[in-house]
Amino acid sequence: MDRPKIRIATTSLAGCFGCHMSFLDIDERLLELTRMADFDRSPLTDIKQLGRCDIGIIEGGVCNAENVEVLRQFRERCTHLVAIGACAINGGIPALRNRYPLEACLEEAYLRGEGLHQPAIPDDPELPPLLEKVLPVHEVVQVDYTIPGCPPSADAIWSVLCALLAGREPELPRPLIHYD
Amino acid sequence: MPEFLLDGRSVPFEPGQTVMEAAIAAGIYIPHLCWHPAFEPHGSCKLCTVDIDGRPASACTRPAEAGMQVTSGSEALRRLRLRLTQMLFVEGNHFCPSCEKSGDCELQAMGYYLGMTDNHYPHFYPRRELDASHPDILLDRDRCIFCELCVRASRKEGKSVFALAGRGPQTRLVINSPSGRLGDSELDAGDEAAGICPVGAIVRRNTAYRVPIGQRRYDLAGIDEESLARERPLLGRADGPTED
Repeated sequence: MDRPKIRIATTSLAGCFGCHMSFLDIDERLLELTRMADFDRSPLTDIKQLGRCDIGIIEGGVCNAENVEVLRQFRERCTHLVAIGACAINGGIPALRNRYPLEACLEEAYLRGEGLHQPAIPDDPELPPLLEKVLPVHEVVQVDYTIPGCPPSADAIWSVLCALLAGREPELPRPLIHYD
Repeated sequence: MPEFLLDGRSVPFEPGQTVMEAAIAAGIYIPHLCWHPAFEPHGSCKLCTVDIDGRPASACTRPAEAGMQVTSGSEALRRLRLRLTQMLFVEGNHFCPSCEKSGDCELQAMGYYLGMTDNHYPHFYPRRELDASHPDILLDRDRCIFCELCVRASRKEGKSVFALAGRGPQTRLVINSPSGRLGDSELDAGDEAAGICPVGAIVRRNTAYRVPIGQRRYDLAGIDEESLARERPLLGRADGPTED
């Protein structure tokens, strides 16, 4: 008898897609995964609209208004929310800008940077406004599970996914916990 | 020799020893970050909190007494230590992927040991000053956990280069030099104070990546094993049997 398939959505907010690459590193286990689960919105499917999902995987921290909107939608529509990677957990490398005022970052990048042609701070209305500080995911929405690492290893990701697919509480064994 | 009970095991001690000293000498690990066998205890990180006859106490400062019942390995204490470690992470700027101490860092290794997978609390993202004025030693205050090991080591070496100033969130590591900068202090790269930092706050330059990530101290062993192997001999009981 066929069990209904688990639905998984993934997104990368203020991240580098490294966690998604590590996710793909589960290699042939992807086939096993697709027998048990379907992908909803994800860079892997290119589906843009998020449906109701069992598992939502968030890579990256929260650096702009669009990140906040996407994250809140994931929280609303996913039963289990998994924050994956250093940036989602503590802001990571993008949060290094938190020590400077936002204006100073923009001026450094767009007005004073070397080799700029017609220096100007971008203000296209389509660009989402930046937050004053880059935030980890748990400071914006409730997070259910976390997988640390930069990126987490494929084995760490697989271990948590397997537990969730089997309805068990994920518990990362010590050798799979890494922050670098 | 008098004895006390630690997690149900008899631990002998010499009068004057602390609970921590007796435990490590007996080959039993109690988590700690600010304690080091070569220096007076500081009692600030509280990672070594144990239950002694029903009350919490710091194992590093509490003198051992015959017959005391000490609990260290309970789930409740693991959770307490986890929260303390998470507080240390959020009150500084600890970004392991960009830190050259990653893999050799005791704070990070403590997180691994306690099964920490997130930081739990909101982050402070404090603004702290980097001091790159010394040609051989870098001081990155973002990573300081105020354990005072550098303070104690430098005092013992007769230089007293470091001190903690301020209180609470304003606490900061300050330098004893006319300009307040490390480069104008008496600190040398060979000093014990330059090499004792358990985190990546004080690092010797040009040594960062001699050992690649993945082959470092805590990539190879947990902080419990590594700590016992390194610190137990310093208490003079290197060859003694493990009391278990």
